[in-house]
Amino acid sequence: MQDVIVQNISKSFDDGKVQALDDISFSVEKGELFGLIGPDGAGKTTLFRILTTLLLADCGTASVNDSKVINDYKEIRSKVGYMPGKFSLYQDLTVEENLNFFASIFKTSIKENYSLIEDIYVQLEPFKNRRAGKLSGGMKQKLALCCALIHRPKVLFLDEPTTGVDTVSRKEFWEMLKRLKKEGITILVSTPYMDEANLCERIALIQKGKILSIDTPQKITEKYPDKLFAIKSDNMSGLLKELKKNDKIKSAFSFGEYHHISFNEEYKADHLDSGFLNSDDFKKIEIKSIMPTVEDCFIHLMSIEENYEN
Amino acid sequence: MRTDIVIKAESLTKKFGAFTAVDNISFEVYKGEIFGFLGANGAGKTTAMRMLCGLSIPSSGEANIARFDVYKETEKIKSSIGYMSQKFSLYEDLTIVENINFFGGIYGLSDAELKEQSNILIERLGLKINANKLVGELPLGWKQKLAFSVAIIHKPSIVFLDEPTGGVDPITRRQFWDLIYEAAENGITVFVTTHYMDEAEYCNRVSMMVDGKIAALDSPSNLKREYNAETMDEVFYILARQAKRQSD
Repeated sequence: MQDVIVQNISKSFDDGKVQALDDISFSVEKGELFGLIGPDGAGKTTLFRILTTLLLADCGTASVNDSKVINDYKEIRSKVGYMPGKFSLYQDLTVEENLNFFASIFKTSIKENYSLIEDIYVQLEPFKNRRAGKLSGGMKQKLALCCALIHRPKVLFLDEPTTGVDTVSRKEFWEMLKRLKKEGITILVSTPYMDEANLCERIALIQKGKILSIDTPQKITEKYPDKLFAIKSDNMSGLLKELKKNDKIKSAFSFGEYHHISFNEEYKADHLDSGFLNSDDFKKIEIKSIMPTVEDCFIHLMSIEENYEN
Repeated sequence: MRTDIVIKAESLTKKFGAFTAVDNISFEVYKGEIFGFLGANGAGKTTAMRMLCGLSIPSSGEANIARFDVYKETEKIKSSIGYMSQKFSLYEDLTIVENINFFGGIYGLSDAELKEQSNILIERLGLKINANKLVGELPLGWKQKLAFSVAIIHKPSIVFLDEPTGGVDPITRRQFWDLIYEAAENGITVFVTTHYMDEAEYCNRVSMMVDGKIAALDSPSNLKREYNAETMDEVFYILARQAKRQSD
């Protein structure tokens, strides 16, 4: 069963000058952990605001848990949990007061749905009398998640919950999401971190208001059209410059310790040696065949879309 | 390059009441180096950076930035460094040229220098047709590249970058690092924080703060060897997990 259905949604701002969403269509299955992956300005927040009935689309239709975003906005508001990217709780209320406030708005109590938030709330409990504004980033994030869950929503929208958060807290946060998924909640989460794509069941890569690709992370990486190699040497920035000038190379981008490269079709790169380099200046060259990551795919799709020059 | 020290910290400490945010850190950064300053949220990075930029007086310890003392010569420090962060970069309601003139002017560039630098910069970033556009109308990636160029317009000896690539698309993120390499090749020392662990690999050396202390400092390859890790992400995870203090 499809829990979120988006059909031909478009939205522009500033009298059409900014096209935030450009004819977007996709659906999310009930109980699915679905990721919207893309940089700032891709349209992720606009899409979430339309689906949570906080913003009207220019055209197109959408429904959440069998309710339409325009006609049934009241039902949707009681059925979804929404954690905005910007911390939006009451800074001068304490942790416990915030939670009680959101519970009472939804005519429930902390006690009633405690089992759902218990794992997260126990970490917050030592600070329950602290004002929300005085919490650290990680704790604010946990409180915001608790407040979005307190009425046991059917669908949970998380807008960039891990942005600016260090890798340890990010891992913890994704563990929490996996546990919530077991409760049968449909989760839509957006992130600019490409490495988090693999933690979702399905993802949409989104850029400039358009969906570049939508599938499971594995299928997306399988669709990468070229053979991909990783190369490193003793002089990485010099090597990248050489690769970008090299006419046998189709694409070259740095990926941490290695550069990822693909070759033009006429160059058969089955044998892994560095003979294609036009310079002997590089020492300790290591080259190996690799599987593309979601980030490789994003760069590839973005390049096609925008005709980026390498 | 190793002989020319541009940042030297010795037992640098900052306390807020009973809380020691930065606890006795000592390290050196060399001219033209790209130095990654990593740590979990709340580990003390921002506090340490504020002291190094002359914005916060240490509780104890010593530090010299571009040979200037962090207690007595904070104004001289401020004029010999550049700074940019993801949050505050440029004035959105000024044009590109106005921003360049404003920041260049603050850093004491003469009118002639301003004109020259602004032409070079606009040319290099390929922003010519947009020169009179408001910065607010530029895509985030362009804003960040422009902000970086403006942060080094006065040719500082060090530039501090606080999560400069957060939320930026993957192609622009790499173009941004091209600019960082170029600045380092021109002798500008780059002091950078990031949450992208692939970017830690691009640094010459990386320090990891845990609970206000520097828990590790070395080149990425040495750190990976020492902690028997495949990636910098693993190194970070191993070290950050040792943290005892609550991030608040």
